[in-house]
Amino acid sequence: MTDISYHAAPAGYGDPSILGRWWRTVDKLSLGALALLILVGLLMSFAASVPLAEKRGLPPFYFVTRHVVFAVVAYAVIVAISVMPPDQARRNGVRLFLFAFVAVLFLPAFGTDFGKGAVRWYSFGISVQPSEFLKPGLAVLTGWMMAAALRPGGPPGVAMSFLVTLAVVASLAIQPDFGQALLVVAAWGAMFFAWGAPILLIVGFVGLGVGLVWFAYTNFEYVASRIDDFLAPEIDPTSQIGYATTAIQKGGLFGVGAGEGSVKWSLPDAHTDFVMAVAAEEYGLLFCVAVIGLYLFVTLRALTRLMRERDAFARVAGAGLAVLFGVQAFINIGVTFTLLPAKGMTLPFISYGGSSMLASGIAMGLLLSLTRRRPQDHVTDRLGRR
Amino acid sequence: MTRRDELIRVLGDQGAERIAQRAKKRENAREARRKARADLAEWRLWLVAGCFALGYATLAGQMALTAVAEPEEPALEVAGGPPLAERAPIVDREGRLLAANLPTWAIYAHPEVAARAGIDAAEAAQLLASALPGVGEETLRARFAPGRKFVWIKRPASPAEKQAVHDLGLPGVEFGRRETRIYPAGRIAAHVLGGATVGAEGVDHAELVGLAGVERRLDDALRDPARAGEPFRISLDLAAQTAMTEVLEAAMRDFKAIAASAVLMDARNGEVIAMVSLPDFDPNARPDTRDPVVAKTRPMMNRAAEGVFELGSTFKTFAAAQAMELGLYGPETMIDTTGPLRVGRFRISDFHKMPPQMSLRDVIVESSNVGTARVAIAIGAERQKAFLDSLGLLSPTPVEIAEARLGQPLYPANWSQLSTMTISYGHGLAATQLHLAAAYATLLNGGLKVKPTLIPGAPAPTEADRVISAQTSRHLREMLRAVVAEEKGTANLAEVPGYEVGGKTGTAEKPSAGGYDGGRNITTFAGAFPMSDPRYVIVVTLDEASTFKYGRTWRTAGWTAAPTAGLAVRRIAPVLGIRPAPAPLDPADAAGAAARARF
Repeated sequence: MTDISYHAAPAGYGDPSILGRWWRTVDKLSLGALALLILVGLLMSFAASVPLAEKRGLPPFYFVTRHVVFAVVAYAVIVAISVMPPDQARRNGVRLFLFAFVAVLFLPAFGTDFGKGAVRWYSFGISVQPSEFLKPGLAVLTGWMMAAALRPGGPPGVAMSFLVTLAVVASLAIQPDFGQALLVVAAWGAMFFAWGAPILLIVGFVGLGVGLVWFAYTNFEYVASRIDDFLAPEIDPTSQIGYATTAIQKGGLFGVGAGEGSVKWSLPDAHTDFVMAVAAEEYGLLFCVAVIGLYLFVTLRALTRLMRERDAFARVAGAGLAVLFGVQAFINIGVTFTLLPAKGMTLPFISYGGSSMLASGIAMGLLLSLTRRRPQDHVTDRLGRR
Repeated sequence: MTRRDELIRVLGDQGAERIAQRAKKRENAREARRKARADLAEWRLWLVAGCFALGYATLAGQMALTAVAEPEEPALEVAGGPPLAERAPIVDREGRLLAANLPTWAIYAHPEVAARAGIDAAEAAQLLASALPGVGEETLRARFAPGRKFVWIKRPASPAEKQAVHDLGLPGVEFGRRETRIYPAGRIAAHVLGGATVGAEGVDHAELVGLAGVERRLDDALRDPARAGEPFRISLDLAAQTAMTEVLEAAMRDFKAIAASAVLMDARNGEVIAMVSLPDFDPNARPDTRDPVVAKTRPMMNRAAEGVFELGSTFKTFAAAQAMELGLYGPETMIDTTGPLRVGRFRISDFHKMPPQMSLRDVIVESSNVGTARVAIAIGAERQKAFLDSLGLLSPTPVEIAEARLGQPLYPANWSQLSTMTISYGHGLAATQLHLAAAYATLLNGGLKVKPTLIPGAPAPTEADRVISAQTSRHLREMLRAVVAEEKGTANLAEVPGYEVGGKTGTAEKPSAGGYDGGRNITTFAGAFPMSDPRYVIVVTLDEASTFKYGRTWRTAGWTAAPTAGLAVRRIAPVLGIRPAPAPLDPADAAGAAARARF
């Protein structure tokens, strides 16, 4: 009678089918918002990747075709993973982390840099960026560790999760990929905070983060040059940021019209990191605001649903996944709109790229799995019934 | 047996109850902790969500700021470009336009863009050649070679040409704003203005920089953005300049001269009213200096401000002025003029036989070399050099023309007694016409030093600038008037009734290998009018002029430069608004005598 089953299938709902249960409990609004984001990504792929294909002498819709395939697979992944119950999601998330982490560790030996100055990719026919998959895996693993620490006699989960995160940060820093490293640290910090960390400790970690940024600024030339460029009041019109700014200004409120933009011809990363510049030029400010609205919606929706979540693992890991998603989109768009210094980071579901797309799908699948409505899922419900 | 069963056995039924209660308590406490944790988690997640909302709101604000900001087009896509800092137009003293800017265009192309739009080089070249007849189709096709990212098509292009190309609607063809400097008066005043050319050039903007003349010397002032295109006024009078040019052209033709130049200067403050140098050029289409004809005739050389020549007997005025100023001679003091005068191996003689003794006045009127040389001996080398220096004859003129700095007078490093004598009649010291004009203005305006300038409204010199006394100046005016007015004067052909022209001729043999060439002269007339109160100084120089009269060829200034100057005064004085004085009814008339007495 004292056994409390948190994640047993709810009895008495009367619908035995897995998919039916899934449909009833999953966050349908987020599912819809993600579908919209993927559609926006398709739309932008038509705009931004055609020039690239022509520049490389490929068929004009080469990248569009691939983007469509990735998009369909990613959405299927979202659905498939969100059908899993939390414990299954947790187990698979940990497996994902182990695979991805090993892959990241072997990058220096077998990876390639594609001439971009950072070894972040494996190249076998298609290129794979393992660090994209590492992020959701890490969120699940550290969430699990932190949740375990709450159990009486549980392991020192927070310390373990901190060490694992440190290891991941180190593996990312040697690529080097300080953007992802920063993102991972931010996610871990948010999880720790949501888990219930003492405020003093949080303040300490924020200080540590600032120190790390300062360390990177003083010791790594490319970080320093990007931050210096950002702090300089003049925007060099021939830099990526310069092109992006010009494109955004040309677009104005309503954009110059589909296909009418010109920045995609001059911007090297128009289809990936700077896709929002293309969107701003062709579809205008209002469209871009709607897009960031979608990102914010998915993030906030997940966070609010997790507030009533009584399962510590679901709460902490879910918060981590939501923060990863929201912060990554924020950084990408912030860079394009010169709110943040230049940082190579993809825009989930909109940037072109199989790794990014699939990893985002996995992350959102896990998140939707954790935010599914479960019976007695709030402590007060249960207390009230007693 | 479990631990619980054992406890129940030991404690009895009550025990079972207590154990159950304890378990319940534990469970409640755990539940309370969980609740506390959940509540904690709830507000913390709210905080995280709030951070996100705040961050994204900031992002949206930044997006709006960026997107709504006034678009700054990047350098390569500019259509309008930054506002051009217009080079100031130049106008003459009456506000007549001498130099202005015409809006033109530079047409350029991005062949890559054209190729991407499916326009190949041949097609682009054919279309452009049809719109721009001046540019060959072959040239255009070569320029559109595949792989080229940027080519100029035509610059400058007229607005009509720009429109024609614009109407083709070729992708990748762009237009940049330009300004082209134009000189509406063409060749008139070409040497004074100099010219401007395109300096630093970008796609959307090109800078006009002065090349020569006023344009170069006053480049900074003309380009000063603070002027905002307000016209820059110079002291030239376009009408006088035009008349002077025509007179000199006629003189070059009549006297078969190879070159001619003239300066007309305000005697009172040194403003240059006209400055002509022939042969000249059209600053709208500068001649190519590599052309052999151009290289030989040097049309772009400003002979009046840059060319230093020996100016011959016009220098005798300086000797006479200094002698009178020093009190060594009066106008009527008799001077030994028996020639030739021997100095070492050197002989100084006169053009024609002169009386053995002449007054200083007659030495000037009849231009005696021997007499002037004796005066110079009396003055001495040092005093002569100092006097010429005080007239500005030993350093370049400060006139606002770039080339004037090149007009450094040439004089012997060792100013010997022989140099003193030859320089007194204009040999051994080479200066520009502008030097001569300024020196004459100084001597004839009452003795106050003027500096040649092209800026109108130059302040008149004051007593601080006095070089000679008003008395000496008056004597000089009387002498120089006599040179023109009297039958025996060398410049009598310069007489213009009613304008009281006075002046001095100078004939200098052109230096050639190893000496002077008697057959090729530089003839100069330097004078002023009206002599009773000189308003303008005029200096006219002809190069290799000759005229055939009375059965022989004359090459002296009296036959060439003097009549040219007279003609110039006849043309220009009315233009400048100087009324001729009514001619006396009879030469012996009382009015005429009174006029002469005034000098």
